[in-house]
Amino acid sequence: MELTETWFLVLSAALFCIGLVGLLIRSNPLVMFMCVELMLNAVNITFVTFSSVYGDLVGRTAVFFVLVVAAAEVVVGLSIVVALLRVRPTATADDFNVLKG
Amino acid sequence: MEILVFIVAGAIVLGGALGVVFNTKPVHAALSLVASLFGVAVLFIAQEAHFLALVQVVVYAGAIVVLFLFVIMLLGVDSTEDLKVEPLMGQKPVAVVVGVAMFALILGGLFLSGKGGPEGAVALTGVEQRTVAYEEAQPEVDQLGLDLFGRSVLAFEATALLLTIATVGAVVLVNNRGGTRPVDEPGEAAR
Amino acid sequence: MVEAAWLIPASPLIGFVLLLAFGRRMGEPTAGWLATLASAGSFVATVITFVGLLRLESADRFFIQTLFTWVQSGSFRVDAGLLVDPLSITMSLFITGVGTLIHLYSIGYMHGDDGFARFFTYLNLFIASMLLLVLGDNLLLTFLGWEGVGACSYLLISFWFTDPANATAGKKAFVTNRVGDFGFMLAAFVVFTQIGSIRYADIIASSSEMSATVATVAVLLFLLAATGKSAQLPLFVWLPDAMAGPTPVSALIHAATMVTSGVFLLTRLNPILAQAETWSVGVIAWVGALTALFAATAAVAQTDIKRVLAYSTVSQLGYLFLAVGVGGYVAAIFHMVTHAFFKALLFMGSGSVIHGMADEQDMRRMGGLYKFMPLTGFTFIIGWLAIAGVPPFSGFWSKDEILLYAWNADEIGGKGLWAIGLITAILTAFYMTRQVILTFFGRLRYADVTAADLRVAAEARSSAITAGVEEAEAAVASAVAAVEKASNDLVKKNEAVDKARTKHEEATTALAALNEGEDGYDKAVKGYDRAEKAKVKAQDALVVANHAVDDAKQAVTDAEAALAAAQATAAEQANVQLPLVPAAVTAVTTEIDAGELADYLPNSYRERAEYHPHESPWTMTTPLLILAGLAAVAGVLNLPFAHDLHFLGNWLSPSLFGNKAELTTSAGTKWVLAIVAIVVVAVAIMAAIRMYLRGQGDPERIEKPFLRDAWRIDSSYANFFGGPGRALFDLSSAFDRRVVDGAVRGIAAGIGSISRSLKVIQSGFVRSYALAISIGTVFVLVWFLGRLFA
Repeated sequence: MELTETWFLVLSAALFCIGLVGLLIRSNPLVMFMCVELMLNAVNITFVTFSSVYGDLVGRTAVFFVLVVAAAEVVVGLSIVVALLRVRPTATADDFNVLKG
Repeated sequence: MEILVFIVAGAIVLGGALGVVFNTKPVHAALSLVASLFGVAVLFIAQEAHFLALVQVVVYAGAIVVLFLFVIMLLGVDSTEDLKVEPLMGQKPVAVVVGVAMFALILGGLFLSGKGGPEGAVALTGVEQRTVAYEEAQPEVDQLGLDLFGRSVLAFEATALLLTIATVGAVVLVNNRGGTRPVDEPGEAAR
Repeated sequence: MVEAAWLIPASPLIGFVLLLAFGRRMGEPTAGWLATLASAGSFVATVITFVGLLRLESADRFFIQTLFTWVQSGSFRVDAGLLVDPLSITMSLFITGVGTLIHLYSIGYMHGDDGFARFFTYLNLFIASMLLLVLGDNLLLTFLGWEGVGACSYLLISFWFTDPANATAGKKAFVTNRVGDFGFMLAAFVVFTQIGSIRYADIIASSSEMSATVATVAVLLFLLAATGKSAQLPLFVWLPDAMAGPTPVSALIHAATMVTSGVFLLTRLNPILAQAETWSVGVIAWVGALTALFAATAAVAQTDIKRVLAYSTVSQLGYLFLAVGVGGYVAAIFHMVTHAFFKALLFMGSGSVIHGMADEQDMRRMGGLYKFMPLTGFTFIIGWLAIAGVPPFSGFWSKDEILLYAWNADEIGGKGLWAIGLITAILTAFYMTRQVILTFFGRLRYADVTAADLRVAAEARSSAITAGVEEAEAAVASAVAAVEKASNDLVKKNEAVDKARTKHEEATTALAALNEGEDGYDKAVKGYDRAEKAKVKAQDALVVANHAVDDAKQAVTDAEAALAAAQATAAEQANVQLPLVPAAVTAVTTEIDAGELADYLPNSYRERAEYHPHESPWTMTTPLLILAGLAAVAGVLNLPFAHDLHFLGNWLSPSLFGNKAELTTSAGTKWVLAIVAIVVVAVAIMAAIRMYLRGQGDPERIEKPFLRDAWRIDSSYANFFGGPGRALFDLSSAFDRRVVDGAVRGIAAGIGSISRSLKVIQSGFVRSYALAISIGTVFVLVWFLGRLFA
């Protein structure tokens, strides 16, 4: 059996779906963020795989940017979480339904 | 040999992912995340993306997860979450179904698309893509650097700006001059 | 010279604009003279155009002057153009001629009125609209004039609008006309649908292509329009009430011009009438005939001088419709012209009478005015002779022509129509004679005591008697008081007498007791003397007091007797018999004797007794004389003796396109019919003279209240629309509220309820939203894969 790119792609698909399911199932905001990181990593793997397969530099550049933006996203997201959980440490994602209706 | 590396790394990645999803304590989940990210870095090296693997470890595992742990520790939100309880009706079953469907569809797209490469992308999505050639011989760092400061300099600068904004935003969001008291009323935490 | 046609409507329009802007500043009488000048200018332009038309060959007399493009909408195009042909010029001649005379007349009539300038503004606008009506070359321009005259009629009827009755009369005229306008519009639509154009030239050219049914429908709808404008059954109700406007308005609009526009329309569209089925044209004739008869019966019982003429107008318009219906278009136009002359004359004459009688309009209060207003009386008599149909005055010739054509129209029951026409002629002669006698001959009844006066006098008298009775009661009361006082005096005197007697007895006792002693004897004698004197005095006083009491009692009895007498007189005189005032008008009523009430008659009676009626100024009498001359000689326009004398008939034939009915009666029949007409008219006139001038016969049998109220048709309309009509309106308004508004609100409510049920989706839970996004992503992926295989 040879290691083709298909293995990588299947792996990243699985990682993505696990992250997705985790995002939908968990209610702790921090754990939901971590699942989002999982999904982003799956995408990164896919980009790098395709970059290697087709000899395209665009994939590597894309990964770079995804990484940076993920970092920025985590910064802002966690500061929001901090602002919210500072007041109510035991809050979950379900408690913030003020925009109902 | 490569297969073995792949299998081990892959197992670490998936195991860590499952750990993130199914661990009740946030700290344990964060540590599982670290493991998963290390696995991803190994996979990058297996693809000859050395620079990216380095960046992955430094930024993701070194900064982001640390950030997560900081928040967990500072806020003391280390409470155990009960995975059986689900306040929203039907969320868990539908989520599982969606995940399985997504997996199946991605694989379907992978295996059933006859064409590969940019033409395949065009066939699948109907949109033209930009391509830049990648030389195996040249070090990846050089090529990446040339691209970033050459063709992609605009995006590069924009992301720099984005990071600045994110930092400023973070400071503003957690600024607590008025002081806050913990309250127990549901919904008030949102104010 | 025919190109001067545009000046005909332009002149009064310019007058209108100038008066609108500067009328109030011009004031009286400049505004009146300007308006008259504008109208006269229009007349001059008409004469010029007429002469120009005469110069053309008979077959060419159909000239269209297009002024500008008015409506351009896709392929539909209407030009503002003037159609100059014999028919329209004839109409314009008498509209502008009579109109100018009435303008002149109004200067005198409206003297002193606050709205002087406003009146002439409206009059000029009216003339302009009427000219547009007759000169327009298409149905739309005619309709513009049609509506214009309707609006001016409303403005002028309710000229003195501060009195609510006048405003209501104006509104009634406008609304009733509107019913007719609805018919006009529908008819225009029908014509347009069938022929594709509304220009008269096109209608005349394509009329033979119209199907009989469509033509019939158009004819009936135009008849509806004409019925409204020309006040026929059943839409006549506005014309009697329109007399609330100033008399010149009645003369111009409701006698000579506006009311003839219906007949003009039917004559102008004679090709369509020729194309329609015979029975529909017969409807026109029968409507006209029945209206004529009905209005004549109502006119017999009227007491207001103008209302007689109003019903008379309705009746004469009925004749015009009859003429159109039996195909006698020339007869119709001939009678229209003569009617314009004599009816305007009669109205203006009655206006002169009203002016001279200090705004009194009730004929029962007139009489014997000929010696006070000879000019008015003379011209009025000429108008009377004309309308009654006495030869050689114009009315005889035109009416006879109509009756001849009616006799001729066998397909639609011509003999019956002729009979109705004849009976109407009899009634016309009768009621007009009645009007002339009551107004101008006999005794001046203005200073007569009226029932109102008697009532006031009786009330004054009974209050005087009541006052007398009260005085007597007061006298009785004071007499009774005097008696009481006298009785009290008597009692006091009796007491004084008793006291004196007691003293006397004591003195006598003292005297007797002192008889034994000498010293006391003298004292006692003196005391005795004093007591004697006191006793005598007291007895005298007692007698006087008794007399006083007797006198007082007598006074009481006298006073009571006086009271009884006063009450008896009052009771007897309270039931004074009021002399009867007859409801019907009789010219030779002897004066009502007020009798015992004579001293109590009110001041208004005394003012009337001293009033002298006077003749009107020259601005009013000059038009009367001119019209009287025209009414007398206008018969020459269309004498029946020889074909060459048919001036009007020959002149109008280009406009009639050979649709005139053919007369199949022999010359002998014509003579017989004419003589029959003359004889019955003479009989009617003599009957009226006998009843009203000589005083024989009982007028009350003829002047029934039912006739006076015009068979109560008007009040039945009011009852219907107030009762069941109102119920219908309420129903339709309820429908609008519940169904139409309900549907709109229901849709809004439905959308609201849908959104309320959809609101549930927005739960506020971020994880639900994330799940929804994931499901959406799955669908997108499915679509991508589908593209792959498609």
